Amino acid sequence: MSKTAPLHLRVPEPGCRPGDEPDFSDFVIPKAGEVDRPSLDVDPNAIREMAFSIIRVLNADGDAVGPWAGTLSHDELIKGLRHMLTLRIFDERMMNAQRQGKTSFYIQHLGEEAVSCAFRKALEKGDMNFPTYRQAGLLIAGGYPMVEMMNQIYSNSKDPLHGRQLPIMYSSKEHGFFSISGNLGTQFMQSVGWAMASAISGDTRIATGWIGDGSTAESDFHAALVFASTYNAPVVLNIVNNQWAISTFQGIARGGVGTFAARGHGFGIPAVRVDGNDYLAVHAVAKWASERARAGHGPTLIEHVTYRKGGHSSSDDPSAYRAKEESDAWPLGDPIERLKQHLIHEGVWSDAQHEAAEAEIRAEVIAAQKEAEANGTLGAGKLPSPRDMFEGVYETMPPHLVKQRQEAGY
Amino acid sequence: MSRMTMIEAIRDAHDVAMARDERVVVFGEDVGYFGGVFRCTAGLQKKYGKTRCFDAPISELGIVGAAVGMASYGLHPVVEIQFADYVYPAIDQIASEAARLRYRSAGDFTCPLVIRMPTGGGIFGGQTHSQSPEAFFTHVCGLKTVMPSNPQDAKGLLLAAIEDPDPVIFLEPKRLYNGPFDGHHDQPIVPWKKHDLGEVDDDYYVTPLGKAAIRRDGEAVTVLAYGTMVYVAEAAAEESGIDAEVIDLRTLLPLDIDTITESVKKTGRCLIVHEATKTGGFGAELMSQVQEACFYHLESPIIRVTGWDTPYPHAQEWDYFPGPARVIAALHQLMEE
Ligand SMILES: Cc1ncc(C[n+]2csc(CCOP(=O)(O)OP(=O)(O)O)c2C)c(N)n1
Repeated sequence: MSKTAPLHLRVPEPGCRPGDEPDFSDFVIPKAGEVDRPSLDVDPNAIREMAFSIIRVLNADGDAVGPWAGTLSHDELIKGLRHMLTLRIFDERMMNAQRQGKTSFYIQHLGEEAVSCAFRKALEKGDMNFPTYRQAGLLIAGGYPMVEMMNQIYSNSKDPLHGRQLPIMYSSKEHGFFSISGNLGTQFMQSVGWAMASAISGDTRIATGWIGDGSTAESDFHAALVFASTYNAPVVLNIVNNQWAISTFQGIARGGVGTFAARGHGFGIPAVRVDGNDYLAVHAVAKWASERARAGHGPTLIEHVTYRKGGHSSSDDPSAYRAKEESDAWPLGDPIERLKQHLIHEGVWSDAQHEAAEAEIRAEVIAAQKEAEANGTLGAGKLPSPRDMFEGVYETMPPHLVKQRQEAGY
Repeated sequence: MSRMTMIEAIRDAHDVAMARDERVVVFGEDVGYFGGVFRCTAGLQKKYGKTRCFDAPISELGIVGAAVGMASYGLHPVVEIQFADYVYPAIDQIASEAARLRYRSAGDFTCPLVIRMPTGGGIFGGQTHSQSPEAFFTHVCGLKTVMPSNPQDAKGLLLAAIEDPDPVIFLEPKRLYNGPFDGHHDQPIVPWKKHDLGEVDDDYYVTPLGKAAIRRDGEAVTVLAYGTMVYVAEAAAEESGIDAEVIDLRTLLPLDIDTITESVKKTGRCLIVHEATKTGGFGAELMSQVQEACFYHLESPIIRVTGWDTPYPHAQEWDYFPGPARVIAALHQLMEE
């Protein structure tokens, strides 16, 4: 008989649950400007510690400091601020539209706007993103028309996807936005395949893959790292760590004491963490990683450290599993507020200008919404024809589908 | 015309496709340097270079996922799953991604890829090298599912599959790789190179997807078969003395229901033979469709002869895999009812 004590299973728990006092004191945040900016062809082994630190540019005073500062002009930053404001107001209106029964479902970006908006500005035309449902900023910052996005959300007569996809599962090849799948993780692998194809073809375009912290547990994540590393694919692999996967805290998918970025180490992929609420830092890191890919130095793994302030989706109530005060206690602040303060600090922006911009953008979003609603909504009708349901399964409709379509009366 | 094995015909199809279209790339486990465990891609890496034919990590989901990304980019990847038995880790990428990409993006992104896999038993591969998973794929909207039974068709169908704008599942009966099968378990394979069916057109041609072939004319009963079972059905027809018409489906989806219907209306009887397990198998689909289209012409109930509803056994392989004896018995039963 063994004398050792019975074994015990460890099930990680977050630091705080509803009713508890949020405490982020064990979350180590390096000072802005502290982390080095390595050369594009850096040996991944030389920057192993970057997978445990956090690249930050904006300090508490609103200064842009350190080696990652200076990738954007004031004008570009003001544009960036406007993109984030647009995304936030767009989300607000669409969440409301969902509550009013105009669509079935919505997913917002509250608190994470900098990640996709800033990243998009580091890419070039023709690059392909393989996003999750929380990167609509790639479309907004890429100039995709809001009316089209809303037509998709409303599944109306002008829905570019003919009512076949869940709201927010956009697709636009033209805007470098791959069709979103509802199955988590699958597209991380596909982004690597696309990047491999670009390299096989002697092209100059690169791909980006996107995945949530929770979904890194899917096998696709690991397969993507193997392929990206093996073939030195021109891809930027992004993990958006917004701390939560619906009600499950990030510690469940992460395991042990490592970081998500550190997973790149086993594959020899340079891996960095970035302050995802710092527009300047995200842009600088995105630019570095995309230049690396474009110069033939292969993949980079980026963990964007951020916080999902809102619910997971319109169907989720986060107060059931996390402390109400947690989002306010989040130590990396709000991305819009931080960029706004920086621009004010630089003397190129003001509260009055900010308010005016907000009002102007709100009017634009409302105008787009009116236009989209004139094409119909899921709640009030003017839906795509059921005939569309049978189209596009194959390029040419096979006889059995033609028969079924006729049977359905179309 | 040249005489070829099915393996050589498949390799030739790759070669012809890669030569005429730069977008065709080939990868999978062991397919590059070595040319695949069945040698279906031998020599391609040497001829077309390492970026058009290469070895992949042992990750079926990675292989298919990468191929979906490549296809959406505009390449025409042809990937090999080493054995059909190992396709399950990739099912999500096939069923949720490849099959639906065109539909869900309204044609914005498409997925012209071919997933090849050796399938079926008869080579003592045991339960992990013998399965026939066709029904999984025919149940998925957006895929096409093909299974050739001879070298000429294998080349033509593979070229058609590579040219197809949509994802195609290409199932290769490994029992037929080296020679036609006389239908009898205890007989050695006759090499294709000594057999008329080993004649393969040189250069480029396509055998259109969705068209069945009548392998044997008959008036008394229609036998539906595909892959290896075509030979079992033919042997059974000969030995039974029953005037059976044998149809080789070649493509399971889209199905050539017109050829099937015409035949069953003529004969009034239908027998379905497949190697895969019975319950929920493709035979159930065939039975339903024939019943829907030919009910008033049927003189007896439709019968299926299939593999049993068990995993594929190793030692009892010949008792699992339908042979002429079971098919002959079914033919007699059909004729007597
Ligand atoms: C394969 C798969 N499993 C489960 C789900 C259900 N699901 C949708 S979102 C989600 C949580 C994802 O969390 P994370 O990856 O952290 O991304 P986030 O929502 O935080 O942006 C789950 C479990 C799914 N869509 N796909």
